[in-house]
Order: sequence, then structure tokens, then C-alpha cells
Amino acid sequence: MAAAGPLLEVRGVTLQYKTKEHLVTATYRVDFRVFKSDRFVILGPSGCGKSTLLKAVGGYLQPTEGSMSLNGEVITRPGSDRVFVFQEFDQLLPWKTVKENVMFALTSSRRLAGRAAEDKAMQYIEKVKLTKFADSFPHMLSGGMKQRVAIARGMAMEPDVLLMDEPFAALDALTRRKMQEELLQLWDDTHFTVLFVTHSIPEAVLIGNRILLLSPHPGRVKAELNSDGKDNLSADGKKLSDRIHDMLFADQIEEEVTPHG
Amino acid sequence: MADHVLVQRPEFVREVETSAYGVVEKPLTTWERIFNNAAVRKGLILLMLAVIWQVYSTVLNNPLLFPKFSDTISAFYENIMNGVLLARGWFSIKVLLMGYAAGLFLAGTLTAFAITTRIGNDFLETLTAMFNPLPAIALLPLALIWFGLGNGSLVFVLIHSVLWPVALNTHSGFMSVSQTMRMVGRNYGLTGPRYVAKILIPAAFPNILTGMKIGWAFAWRTLIAAELVFGVSSGSGGLGWFIYENKNQLEIANVFAGLFSVIIIGLFVENFIFRNIELKTVRKWGMQS
Repeated sequence: MAAAGPLLEVRGVTLQYKTKEHLVTATYRVDFRVFKSDRFVILGPSGCGKSTLLKAVGGYLQPTEGSMSLNGEVITRPGSDRVFVFQEFDQLLPWKTVKENVMFALTSSRRLAGRAAEDKAMQYIEKVKLTKFADSFPHMLSGGMKQRVAIARGMAMEPDVLLMDEPFAALDALTRRKMQEELLQLWDDTHFTVLFVTHSIPEAVLIGNRILLLSPHPGRVKAELNSDGKDNLSADGKKLSDRIHDMLFADQIEEEVTPHG
Repeated sequence: MADHVLVQRPEFVREVETSAYGVVEKPLTTWERIFNNAAVRKGLILLMLAVIWQVYSTVLNNPLLFPKFSDTISAFYENIMNGVLLARGWFSIKVLLMGYAAGLFLAGTLTAFAITTRIGNDFLETLTAMFNPLPAIALLPLALIWFGLGNGSLVFVLIHSVLWPVALNTHSGFMSVSQTMRMVGRNYGLTGPRYVAKILIPAAFPNILTGMKIGWAFAWRTLIAAELVFGVSSGSGGLGWFIYENKNQLEIANVFAGLFSVIIIGLFVENFIFRNIELKTVRKWGMQS
């Protein structure tokens, strides 16, 4: 195995964006490195800039400080080597069937055309077990199925890194559980690299092999932890999820207590 | 204090009965099904109106003011058969299509300009704010001076009546395309015209279609009205002129037959052409219910 350098390297990235009245700093000097086949989870409470960070990796906005590079090349704009899976269901184009949605990704990016694109699309639709629904339109599918199509579309592109922005957050608890397991099975299959953003600690522990914790307002790196997905007790006798919980919410509880005191 | 105590009740588990409840599913009677059909109900209303018309005009007995329904129908039939109505209808539709197509093309160009540049956006907003409330027919005198009596003037006012509603709706459709969909398009490397054609236009299609429907209705009204004004001095004409001409000759049944044709063409385009486009696009895609 060529233990090569990191696939994605983020160095001292500060992200700022403007609302109508404020200049908001979303993250402040964040560093992390994602290696090939990582299931790298960015975890933090709302307002820690994790989605903004992912959008920056996607190339939708430029850091005001620091740099991000994929395979040694600086990220400057969106590209099909980093494919997004969003939380919103309208990421699927409603005027295209399931198959056409997957094919659309392949043909628009000029990766494949015609028959080859169709075959590749069907191959990944089969992976997410939606072959029967290949000719259905998105509005006929349930929320979980829509997300599976989006995942199939992302994976069909065989990107260097799959960017998932809370992809299961809009699903009901049972479906979410199932989708998380399916995602892990898919990973067992192809060992794709995924950068996964979530605010759910159990999800992070289950999905990730490496978890980056961000503190809120603005997002700064608090810790980077390993996970084997089983949430076992660690050396200090605490479960991983409890350790994360303590780290993320320790300050917050103090903040909440003081005004009442 | 008592209201904080939960009422204690025994639990129970029931065997769910498998029979002894009345109807679960029963087909409706034939009458109920027929009456559930909207077309049947609307047909009945039309029939009722026709009967009222016939009875009233028979009682009034003044074909100059209000011809009988049966006379109108026979005048309609006669004029279809001798080809006059068809020729006039075709004349109107031909001019209409020219104006409509030109209007759509200009609306497309203007909105493309508006979404790519900020100044284009301001330009479109200012122009639509100015011209959308201006009735097309009000421009007819000016059009007559510029383009003379003929199709040129008609096409000019038609363009005016189509352009603004279509541009306005298309533009607002583009503006309301979700951020996620835009990001998806850019993620797969779509930029410029490909991005507009593959993401923006289909995503905004419900709005575009609404704009096209409004534009069509405006154009059709404008055309008939313009022909009524024109007909006085122009040698040939469409349905509007047919109506005007027959009024002058006091062939009132023919006037009604002309109005009838205007209504029928309007209904056909609205309920057949646009309806089918809707069924095959936005409804099939679940973008409009």
C-alpha cells in the first residue's frame, strides 16, 4: 500500500460570509486532513459553520484565510471530483426520472455519454436497490428513496470525495437508521472517501472512522477522534458518544446557567 | 391540586373482529359516477344556458337584437360550411402566431439578459413595471402611424401584449429556482447557456407556462379588439373584422356566430393545447398539482 499523503488538506481556513447587516465568521483557522477511504465526519452544534465548511470544500465559496487542496490542487470552484449530497429533497431534478437523474450527472460533467452512462447509472441504482423505480419520477418516491437516488448519483460519478451535508436529517428516525446502515454497506463495497457533516452524535459515532469536533460561533477545531462505530468504552471509562457530548456541550451548559444565577 | 393526578384506567387488548361491520368498499352507482364527471356537469350547465337563450329569444322575437340560439347555430354551421369563418379564423390565428412567437422570442432574450447581468435585471424590471399595465390596444393608434394598416401594426401590438407577462413570469420563475438545484447544476460542471437550458428553464417551467398562458389570453383579446378597430378601413381581416362587418350588415346571427368562434378557439387552446402541455410536463413531474 502506498501510504500516500492526504487526499484533502484544509489548512487554517477562515470562512466569512455577508448577510444583509453583518459580516459573519463561520469558521476560524480550521485544519484537517482527509485520507483516502476515510469516513470523515465533521460534527458540531448548529452555528459551528460545518455546512459552510463543506460548501467551501465543494468550491462554492472561497476562504478569506488559509487554503484547501484536493490531491495537491487548490480548490477554486465547484467540480465533479467533489460531489455533493444535500439534505434537501429538491436536489433531485423533478423533471427527470431516477435513471435520468443519475445519467444527468454523468453526461453533464461530460464523464460518460449515451449507453455507457446508462449502464453506469443502472449499476449504481442497483447498488441502492432502486432498480424497480428507475423510471419513476422523484415526486413518486419516499424521502428515504430520494436520498438513496442522490447517493447513487453521487457515487456513480466516482468522485475523489463524496460530500454529504446532513443527508439523513430530513428523514424519520427509522428510515435514518436504515440509511446509515446502507451507507456503511455501500462503503464496505467500494471504500469511497466521504466527508460527512452532521449535528447528531450517535450518527457521527456510527458513520465516521474519524470525527472532527467543531465548537460554535465561529467554528474552531476542538478535537479529532477515532471511532470504530461501536461506541465502546474508552480508557477513561466513558463511552465515545459521552466524551463527545461532554466536549461539545460543556461550555454551553455553563452559558445557559449563568443568566439564571 | 387534583388536576395534577393522572386518571388511572385498566389496560385492555382486544381481538379485532373480522366480520360484522357493514360496507368496506362498494362501487358507486352509475348515476353517481356520471355526475362525478366534471365535463358532464359543465355540459349540463351549457345545455341549460342554451335552453334559456332559446326560450327568451323566442319570447322576445326580435332577431335584430337577440337572435335565437337555433339561428345562431345554423348561421355558425353555414359560415363554417361556406368556409368564411374558417378563412377568417385562420387569418386571425396566423397573425396571432406571428406575434406570439416574436413576443416569446423577445421575452426569452430579455430574461436571458436579465439573469446574466445586474443592469439587465434593472432594465427588465423597469420596462415591465412601465409597460405591463399599459393595455396593448392603447398602442394601436401609434402602431397605425408607424406601420400603417396591415399585419405589421397587429404584430406590434401582439408583441407588446405577450412580451411583458411572459418576461415577468419567466424572470420570477428563474429567481425562485432553489439554491440546492443551482448548486447541483454547478456541481456537475454546468455553466452559461448549458446551465440555463438544463437547470433554470426546466426548474422555472411552471412559471414560464403560466406566463405563456397569460400571454396567449392577452394576445387573443388584443387581436380581436384590434381587428374591430381596423376592420373599418382594411380590405381583409380575421374574426374581429367578421364580427364588425356583419354588425354593419345587421346580420346579428352571424355576429353571434363570430363571437362563438372566438370563444371556441379560446377554449380549445386553453383546455386542449395548454392542458396537454401541462399534463405532459409540470403535472407529470409533480411540480404542480
